[in-house]
Amino acid sequence: MVPISYYLILSAVLFGLGVVGFVFKRNIITIFMAIELMLNAVNLAFVAFSREFNQLDGLIFVFFVIVVAAAEAAVGLAIVMVIARNRKSLNVEDVNLMKF
Amino acid sequence: MNIAMLVFIACSVMAIVGALALILAREPVHSALALVLVMISLAILYLLLGAAFIAAIQILVYAGAIMVLFVFVIMLLNAGEEVRTNVSRLAKWVGLPLGIFFLLEMAYSLFREYGGRAALAGGTAAPVPASTRDLSMKLFTEFVLPFELTSILILIAVLGALVLAKRES
Amino acid sequence: MEFVTHHPVLVVSLIKIAIALFVVMTALAYLTWFERKVVARIQSRWGPYWVGPHGLLQPLADGIKFLFKEDIVPPAADKISYVLAPFLALALALTTLALIPIGPATISILGQPTQLVISHSNVALILLFAISSIGIYAVVLAGWSSNSKYPLMGGLRSSAQMISYEVSLTLSVVGVLLIAGSFDFYDIVGGQSGHWVHVIPKWHIFPQILGFICYLTAAIAETNRVPFDLPEAETELVAGFHTEYSSFKFAMFFMAEYANMITVSCLATLLFLGGWLSPFPETGAWRWQLYLPAAGLIIAGIGLIVGGLRGVQLSAKLVFPVLGIVCLGVGYLCTLPGVMPVIQGPFWFTAKVFFLLFFYVWARGTLPRFRYDQLMSFGWKFLLPLSLINLVVTSLVVVLRLR
Repeated sequence: MVPISYYLILSAVLFGLGVVGFVFKRNIITIFMAIELMLNAVNLAFVAFSREFNQLDGLIFVFFVIVVAAAEAAVGLAIVMVIARNRKSLNVEDVNLMKF
Repeated sequence: MNIAMLVFIACSVMAIVGALALILAREPVHSALALVLVMISLAILYLLLGAAFIAAIQILVYAGAIMVLFVFVIMLLNAGEEVRTNVSRLAKWVGLPLGIFFLLEMAYSLFREYGGRAALAGGTAAPVPASTRDLSMKLFTEFVLPFELTSILILIAVLGALVLAKRES
Repeated sequence: MEFVTHHPVLVVSLIKIAIALFVVMTALAYLTWFERKVVARIQSRWGPYWVGPHGLLQPLADGIKFLFKEDIVPPAADKISYVLAPFLALALALTTLALIPIGPATISILGQPTQLVISHSNVALILLFAISSIGIYAVVLAGWSSNSKYPLMGGLRSSAQMISYEVSLTLSVVGVLLIAGSFDFYDIVGGQSGHWVHVIPKWHIFPQILGFICYLTAAIAETNRVPFDLPEAETELVAGFHTEYSSFKFAMFFMAEYANMITVSCLATLLFLGGWLSPFPETGAWRWQLYLPAAGLIIAGIGLIVGGLRGVQLSAKLVFPVLGIVCLGVGYLCTLPGVMPVIQGPFWFTAKVFFLLFFYVWARGTLPRFRYDQLMSFGWKFLLPLSLINLVVTSLVVVLRLR
């Protein structure tokens, strides 16, 4: 069997990569994908913990995370569409109207 | 080295390669595909952890619906290659060290907390794999209020997406 | 040898995979022949006739043609995605078949208890949906990576269509799940055994007729078949998402489409038509049904021999009697006490799947293609509400019965 620490480290690595992607990417859609990557990493930790402590609550949380991610994707992509339509660009730096 | 370990290593390598590809790819469709790869390898890991139902909905909802939506939007907007700018150079010099530091810190604290644990994921006593029945019992009794709330959330999300995407004439 | 004794599950699975792959590949090839023949008959034509007797070698000829054609990759294409797409399509289409059982769980072959399924899972149904939902990427990627406008249109259309109809497809199945109370195919089929008034089998199709209709319609849309074949509408989009594909990559898309057809037919059989269960009661008076597989094969064998000898072509005269004798031999095998109980499940299963496949081809030969807006409004404004109504009514009935 695989020790839980391995799963958690994998989760941490994926989350870190998600953060790096979030900071680095310039395209709004890929930034969004980096957020999804972070959510996935957290899900992995939840499932691993659920198995470790032999409780189902972790799985329920994953379920909710997936549902919320679906809702988020719907709204987020609609926002991306609007931005693309108004700004004619998907570069996040062109969305600077609210910038201080 | 048993089969579970082999599967874990294969899947984690796949997931990390996918995550790296997500960051490094300049074509948004490639990034999306890389993310799908991450999701599928995570789903296999969930199977390994005995959570078959979660693995299935991970693929069904995440890879099969959400990511398809992403790809659809990318194709619809005809999103081309990413443009590198000055600010992304700043991100490289500041963001990369910070990102690596953050990662190392997390790995360190996790390892300190759980690395010494003799108990294995899946436990020494081999717990029963999470059955869908138990999961749904829990979902519809203990977590029924959050469950109903998420349904309202989805309804709002659908309406919000409609309002946003509607063209002003 | 040591490896075999140490990993019996692995070895048995590999054998099952090899057999299943062989059977499915042959079935795919002859499904194209069958479709062309039936559509030809519907349109008062002959269909394939010249390669082999009654065009029976046509699939082989097509396969050879595909293999030897030039494999073109358009210079503007996105190479990785372009190559990945057909492999993804075929691999996923074949993977789903691994979850489909074709016979009861309690069966023994050569004295060994064997399950007639490659991979048994207690969430098999949802896993199957999960795997087939990934299949969208093949179509979308093929359309996008070709870097050409018709494939892109096809890819866009198909992603929208498949997302829309997947909702109805999944919802139409939920009714069955509520009645069966399990994701496991063995439980779902097991719950359909028995009869009402001694004659009507307790298949889910009868209480779930609405769900069955929704499922069939959505399944046709999911597999991109006529009348929902907008992603590859050849009169508007040349060939849709696979316009730029040639040679074996094209053949892979083709095979994937037919494999998907088989998968959805198998699923419909398991969920609504009682899977491998016989439609007749299993009482003493109905014992003759055990000889049905043998009888079918023997009739087919005699027909082949007689038809072959009366045929005009020399090849028909040679090939058909040989096939007929093979059929007679297999038919005799099916009457042996060791084989007879084993063959029942697969026989009924295959018969039902075959009927559904015929239905598919029939629909293709009869119905004209929808317009894109009609397709969308049909999916969202008619099929989805219908499957929702079905779901609500079913859950009400299930709850009231539990009381």
